[in-house]
Amino acid sequence: MADSVAVTITVNGQGREAQVEPRKTLADFLREDCGLTGTHLGCEHGVCGACTVLLDGDAVRACLLFAVQADGAGVTTVEGLTPSDGALSPVQEAFREAHGLQCGFCTPGFVVSVTAFLRDQPNPTDAEIREGLSGNLCRCTGYQGIINAVRLAASAEGNLTSASTIV
Amino acid sequence: MKPAPFAYHAPERVADAAALLNEFGDEAKVLAGGQSLVPIMALRLARFEHVVDLNRVDELRGIERTNGTVRIGAMTRQADIERDPTVAEAIPLLAKATPFIGHFQIRNRGTIGGSLAHADPAAEYPAVAVALDAEFEVTNPGGTRAVPADEFFVSTFMTALDTDDVLSAIRFPVWNGRCGFAVEEVARRFGDFALTGAVCAVELDGEDKVARSAIGMFGMGSTPLRATDAEAAMAGASVIGLDLEEVGRTAAAQTDPPDDIHASATYRRSVGAVVVARALRRAIEEAQRG
Repeated sequence: MADSVAVTITVNGQGREAQVEPRKTLADFLREDCGLTGTHLGCEHGVCGACTVLLDGDAVRACLLFAVQADGAGVTTVEGLTPSDGALSPVQEAFREAHGLQCGFCTPGFVVSVTAFLRDQPNPTDAEIREGLSGNLCRCTGYQGIINAVRLAASAEGNLTSASTIV
Repeated sequence: MKPAPFAYHAPERVADAAALLNEFGDEAKVLAGGQSLVPIMALRLARFEHVVDLNRVDELRGIERTNGTVRIGAMTRQADIERDPTVAEAIPLLAKATPFIGHFQIRNRGTIGGSLAHADPAAEYPAVAVALDAEFEVTNPGGTRAVPADEFFVSTFMTALDTDDVLSAIRFPVWNGRCGFAVEEVARRFGDFALTGAVCAVELDGEDKVARSAIGMFGMGSTPLRATDAEAAMAGASVIGLDLEEVGRTAAAQTDPPDDIHASATYRRSVGAVVVARALRRAIEEAQRG
């Protein structure tokens, strides 16, 4: 058994110290050591995107990163995207409004990815939205509702156009 | 926890990384962006006693243009290459190949050195390196040496890197003049590894004759391939009468593509000819626009 390593990771603004085995992924660290089960694990080999988190602001697969690699870094999970009063983030609000989810398993990964995507591309074209969503898999919705949600979130965060033109 | 246990090392200098690899020999594995290696470990297709993580080696990052060459540190992330104005201007083929790699979340972690050292024959960057005659800078405890691209790729997932070698940088020659560049690939889904693909660079003289061309093919063999017969067929030819479909077939005829569950060899050869022709057409059009 390889020796465990001490890490300090800032998760959603809060410093977390833990002893981790080097083979523990950041996703397992978030779920097991931090109790942040919003980060979901689907495939655990980088395909499905359910475990997407922000690492120093960049959207990454938490299952393809060992927790030791995040030592000293800042991580934002889906829990960290919501306002402290329990309200939904603009992206979450748009997913609810546009039926961007059914079972909800993939949703945290989508919400984190879309939040990063819209930060970098606030006015995406439909083609850019589709490409931006291509790293996350949903097995229920058929994606159309998700695409509508991203359009809605983009227009809500930009200069509020009528939601009726979105759907 | 899915991967087998390992001891973790995070050196901050290339020399220290090479020393660790020298100490542990084939019990050690270099970790770059981890976007291919970590899945392999999670599926236990491979296990290593020691993992040497290069992510804290700052000297392995950066993009630098000197005269006719752009030097890219091996740990430079694909997302940084995608956004870099020097790459866009000086090595357009590399810039154009980058969005085909995985998805933006993958490119935020994936590195150019990791992609090259992993040597997946269906990956884009190795084909770009072979097409452009890039030079690989390899560091081990004895010093640094240069390996040409056509000697770097040995077979599927196999390179000229020895157990204590660190791929430290890649140097790309800059093409000047009336040049055009294009990437074409066929994959099951966007972002997947390609069934077959081509990267093409074309330089035209003032009379629209092919002064120079470079065709790299991927997914067509155990390494990325250079379509030398097709390049020879185009040399000096006027683009006006050039039968690009025929050039594509010449390129594919030089390959012995794999037969697997994703596609048959016959399919790959047939579609490989078409993607070469398409990429050449777009590269020529770009060169003509100047």
